[in-house]
Amino acid sequence: MAEKYIARSKAIAARMLGGEMMVMSAVDSTFFTLNEVASTIWRAADGRTPLSEIVAGKVCQEFDVDQEQAQRGADRFVNELSQHGILLVSDHPLIDSSPSAERP
Amino acid sequence: MSLLAEMNQKALDLGLPISVHLDVTYRCNERCVHCYLDHDDHGEMTTAEIIDVLEQLADAGVFFLSLSGGEVLMRRDFFEIVERARQLLFNVKVKTNGVMIGEKEAARLRQLGVEQVQISVYSHRPEVHDAITKLPGSLKRTIRAIRFLKSQGLKVTLANVLMTGNFSDQPGVIALAKELGVAYTLDPTITPKMDGDRSILALRIPGSELKQVFRNQELVGNVEEFCAPPPAPDEDVMDEFPCSAGHTACYISPYGDVFPCVQFPLPSGNVRQQKFLDIWNHSPQLNEVRSIHARDLPTCSTCSHVGTCTRCPGLAYMEGNMRGPSTADCEKSFQRTGIPSANMLARSRAVSAGPLIQIQPLANPLQNQLLAGDDSLLTA
Repeated sequence: MAEKYIARSKAIAARMLGGEMMVMSAVDSTFFTLNEVASTIWRAADGRTPLSEIVAGKVCQEFDVDQEQAQRGADRFVNELSQHGILLVSDHPLIDSSPSAERP
Repeated sequence: MSLLAEMNQKALDLGLPISVHLDVTYRCNERCVHCYLDHDDHGEMTTAEIIDVLEQLADAGVFFLSLSGGEVLMRRDFFEIVERARQLLFNVKVKTNGVMIGEKEAARLRQLGVEQVQISVYSHRPEVHDAITKLPGSLKRTIRAIRFLKSQGLKVTLANVLMTGNFSDQPGVIALAKELGVAYTLDPTITPKMDGDRSILALRIPGSELKQVFRNQELVGNVEEFCAPPPAPDEDVMDEFPCSAGHTACYISPYGDVFPCVQFPLPSGNVRQQKFLDIWNHSPQLNEVRSIHARDLPTCSTCSHVGTCTRCPGLAYMEGNMRGPSTADCEKSFQRTGIPSANMLARSRAVSAGPLIQIQPLANPLQNQLLAGDDSLLTA
């Protein structure tokens, strides 16, 4: 199966609020809150690290979860956010796609 | 509860500022008859100062940022400010009159990821709109800007301030919003000038016209529900705060002054002298505002409208007491439901307990009854 690379869109607003990440699309105003696991994937979405590596290296390490289960959850999460243009997904690295100076 | 409402509640519980309204300038190319601002520049924050404030706001957890004025595009560095705000991942809303927005500016706002643009339109007729803005040709330029913004796919809201001079044009403005494919919002609130001058309050629409607004299904949805008498307030209502001002939101002027809200001119600190978070966390003024629950309002806590009134503590403050009633909101509650507020009843009793012989101008029968303290017809 092809690798997935994910990057945060520039057309979003985001901020941490009490341990949860608030994310809103500037395109269609869709609003999400991300729990700790989703926030970890979000922060690691630099366009260069494959999703499988984010799951293995971050999610499984930090949350003591089975890799297969974590990968399924990550795929669902990426799929939903990409439908709203909040995450960009590609089968090759995405260069210069994530906001550069965020302080979420 | 919606997700946004949940986040607001969470910010309230954590004591975090989730929304900030930042006026980047008071300068303006229009001279609207109802405007509460002084348009001279008394020493606006520099680009570097504003960017420093934005960074502090991001660190403090602010998510929603409204950039307004004056006219925001009177600042040559406006796009630089927006660019930095977007890099810091704020949800940015821009309030403007649109006069200086051409194709290029609209494209830039879109490229920067501004979530929403709010544009003031007072009438669909140039002779009315331009008479209010005192800028000939302004309606034409504003409508052109809306079309540019829409063509970029930006979300645009047309804001219609209602006053005596444009009330009858309100259906025309709604039709214009529909034709342009943009959202419409109206505001019947005229506030005193920032220097305390109350003369512009004469522009407020009278109660009878307010009543018409509240019975317009297109504006309020279910009229019967919207205009229903207020339910009896319970203990939870008495523990509530009046609004988000100072609790999860605040206002910063072009000079760095911090206030609970743009409509609540209680000086609470200045970001040129203190860090924003120091002001937010420790300002005695903001802490005083936060200490006030509905039960602490001497008149309003006894009012049947206490749980449903849109009472603005800023307008009350401008009337002399932040714990007192806001008479403009008493009027709204009354015109909406037909039930006078506790403040109105107290004032009518004061009038009826006045001198034995009074000479009053002839008013309509309902008004006479209210002045006499007999509200039986009004509550029927």
